[in-house]
Amino acid sequence: MPSIAKPIATHPTLQRNSLGLTIRDYEGSMSTLCAGCGHDSITAAVIRALWELDTEPHMVAKLSGIGCSSKTPTYFVSGAHGFNSAHGRMPAIATGAAAANRDLLYIGVSGDGDSLSIGLGQMCHAIRRNLRMAYILENNGVYGLTKGQFSASSDIGSKSKRGEPNRMAPIDPVRLGLALGATFVARSFSGDKEQLVPILKAAFTHRGFALVDVVSPCVTFNDHEGSTKSYKHTRKNTLRATQADFVPPQSEILAQITKSGTTAVTMHDGSVVNFTAVPKDYDPTDRRKVAAYLDDQPANAVVTGLLFIDPNAPDMHELSQSSPTPLRDLAYEKLCPGSAELERLQEEFR
Amino acid sequence: MHDVLRTRVNDFAVKLANVNGTGSASANGLLMQAIFRMGIPVCGKNLFPSNIQGLPTWYEIRVNKDGYSARALDYDLMVAMNSQTYDRDIKEVRPGGYLLYDSSWPLDPDLHREDITFLGVPLAEMCNQHFEDPRARILMKNIAYAGAMVATLDIDMEVVNALLEEKFAGKKALHESNRKALQLGYQYAKDHFECPLPFRLEKMDSNQGKILIDGNTATALGAIYAGCTVAAWYPITPATSVMDGFKAFCEQYRKDPETGKNNYLILQAEDELAAIGMVLGASWNGARAFTSTAGPGLSLMNELLGFGYYAEIPAVVVDVQRVGPSTGMPTRTQQSDLLLAAYASHGDTRHILLFPANPHECFHFAVKAFDLAERFQTPVIMMSDLDIGMNDWVVPRLSWDDAYRPDRGRILDAEDLEKKIGKFQRYHNEDENFVAARTLPGVSEKGSYFTRGSGHNKFGGYTEMPDEYQEVMDRLKKKHAAAAKFIPEPELLRREGARFGVIAMGGCDPAVREALDQLERQGTPADYLRVRGFPFGEVVEKFLAEHDFCFVVEQSRDAQLRSLLTLETAVAKDKLRSVLVYGGFPLSSRHVVQGILSQL
Repeated sequence: MPSIAKPIATHPTLQRNSLGLTIRDYEGSMSTLCAGCGHDSITAAVIRALWELDTEPHMVAKLSGIGCSSKTPTYFVSGAHGFNSAHGRMPAIATGAAAANRDLLYIGVSGDGDSLSIGLGQMCHAIRRNLRMAYILENNGVYGLTKGQFSASSDIGSKSKRGEPNRMAPIDPVRLGLALGATFVARSFSGDKEQLVPILKAAFTHRGFALVDVVSPCVTFNDHEGSTKSYKHTRKNTLRATQADFVPPQSEILAQITKSGTTAVTMHDGSVVNFTAVPKDYDPTDRRKVAAYLDDQPANAVVTGLLFIDPNAPDMHELSQSSPTPLRDLAYEKLCPGSAELERLQEEFR
Repeated sequence: MHDVLRTRVNDFAVKLANVNGTGSASANGLLMQAIFRMGIPVCGKNLFPSNIQGLPTWYEIRVNKDGYSARALDYDLMVAMNSQTYDRDIKEVRPGGYLLYDSSWPLDPDLHREDITFLGVPLAEMCNQHFEDPRARILMKNIAYAGAMVATLDIDMEVVNALLEEKFAGKKALHESNRKALQLGYQYAKDHFECPLPFRLEKMDSNQGKILIDGNTATALGAIYAGCTVAAWYPITPATSVMDGFKAFCEQYRKDPETGKNNYLILQAEDELAAIGMVLGASWNGARAFTSTAGPGLSLMNELLGFGYYAEIPAVVVDVQRVGPSTGMPTRTQQSDLLLAAYASHGDTRHILLFPANPHECFHFAVKAFDLAERFQTPVIMMSDLDIGMNDWVVPRLSWDDAYRPDRGRILDAEDLEKKIGKFQRYHNEDENFVAARTLPGVSEKGSYFTRGSGHNKFGGYTEMPDEYQEVMDRLKKKHAAAAKFIPEPELLRREGARFGVIAMGGCDPAVREALDQLERQGTPADYLRVRGFPFGEVVEKFLAEHDFCFVVEQSRDAQLRSLLTLETAVAKDKLRSVLVYGGFPLSSRHVVQGILSQL
């Protein structure tokens, strides 16, 4: 992924966030993905969400695996450290990184090959640990970089570019996440920025593992007639189950005013996710109801929205009772028991 | 007269044949500890099965007043507690030796040997008489044979009693039953045999300043003292006790007195692929992190070890080697991961390795591993093995210099970055060791860069250009070579009139030293070089050049150390001869002496 620097030219009237940064300050280098790639729209949504959240760029850590999706961390927040790891291994790298410094915002970008095949085990275990990170699964149902093989998220009957139908059942990351106990499960569509940006803002704020499956069509290998991950098919079959607004903590007073029939979920840091539209009797905090709702939808429906959230589950650090100070910042003097203790301890080794 | 029949003090070997899962380990450990506390040089080798209950297990205790601590293959006393293995156990007793067995049942007359003395102790019968609980009846048989050994070998009863008291402090009932069982065996032996036997113990004063410790515990303690805060691992024999030890020490030393929280995080990973990933992630983010594993785990870690090498991320891996290939023999020892470790991963990779020879070195090398990993921004693999890691060794007490501070290598902090003009470039401006400065996430926007395992140029940018790629790869090779000056110097032992050299590493050390003494007494003096890390330095080159030929003693079928020496030094292949012992049990000097003499 050759990185091509973008020219730095900022229009004087560009809006600034509370840090005085414009949206351009959250960009990275030029994308080298195919023109029209869904991933680029997701990158744009990530940039917008971070800018709107007033995130300090250097407090973000961007991680990815291997594949087209995993190239994208170079395309946002150039002021953040990035880690383009090995195929399917991003969750482990993120786990270790988060163990060392709990204060950063970890954004993982992965794809359906990276997450649902080679890295399936690692993703499941990151969910199980409730690792605090936003995990964006850019899902196009195809192996792009190796030119068009089916992935584990290809639907039964979905056709390859050459017309061959996929016969094996897909792994649905949303169902998987719900089954594994993920504390934040969402699905969106790269073409639906209005829905995606607030979901990402909530995901970046969530204290735990936020799984965001984003259907992101591959214009080169999987956007044809007969594909179930094409723009056309996704647009036609999207079923927006929920619509949510994200309200940061300082605007809390406004958040209290919820429309009747909707739900407000308070996040761990005091921000609020306002569900402005949910189906009748839908409770995004009730895992079983959410699963039952998904069961009831037509088989070809692409159900999107922030589907499930449990803002209070303990994350990896809380489960481990680890130090509130990032482990990497602890002074060595605090960590070494010293020579006198070594002397004493060795009385036991006899 | 056979020397067994002469009175020998503090110079004999005992082998205990047990059934695993019956509680023999604690009785055997008790004997070993008691001998240690009598101030006598002693070594214990646990030859255990990959099983929880029911299979044969052996424990060997060698006592040697001169301090030789390798296995001795001549057993003066066999404690045969496992009828499944009576046959071979009885055969292993040296002529003139003794066999202690449970005489509650008659011994098969076919097993009788004229040249050894059978000492029958009705252990089961006595324990059934004196203990009610069925489990206690099994467990206490072990303490009862220990009691018989206290009598026959002249072990200091006061020392044993003190040990029991410490062991069962606060557990009165257990203490009482152990004492009772010990006394049963002791009294029976006193009443029925001529105690002590012709070989026996006598107090010495050779263990001042020494401790009894296994390598895995020492390694864990080293990680604590090095300031390691993140550990990730997947359970695997024989490395598991490294992390068990680390956890225990963390609970003891790393609970923050102010917050009550843990100043550590141990991640039990889903597999070794993840364990090494977690270590790399944590190290990339500025924590000291390590993993412990064995061969199968190291195989899985290959991919990301190559990543760590190429992207230049510190990582400490402790490989407690066992018998391969594949699952191999998980509870047997070998040195056969050497080549895998040296060049772990696809592509041109080479790693820094450390070869501790005993638990004392495990402690210090563990600390060294963290310093080297951060100084050279690369994975460092400490090559321990099952023998070093899981057996109790008598070693000099560990010492600690309170002035020690971790060598974090070249890291630019916020202040350094503030002074910097222009963008930080990751793999540029290397120092005299070919190491470039790194930055940590979350410190400053000016330090941001992209870590990648894909082709990159010296600025950290993606590249597919031959010259840019090669420039980085060439520097990495020089960086690895530069590490030679920083790894522990080889140990050299020269002898007058030496005709050839002997080279070894790791746990072969005690057997080789003893063998070289024996060879010298037989008129064949040889020089000794113990390599303690890779890359090899000048001392190794010089030693190889100075000798017409050298023997490489090691525990692998394919002579991996010899291979590494031929690949990485100027030595001619035909100058190196091999002595290979790779069946899975630790070496004895006999293997080495015979191996060398047969090729002279």
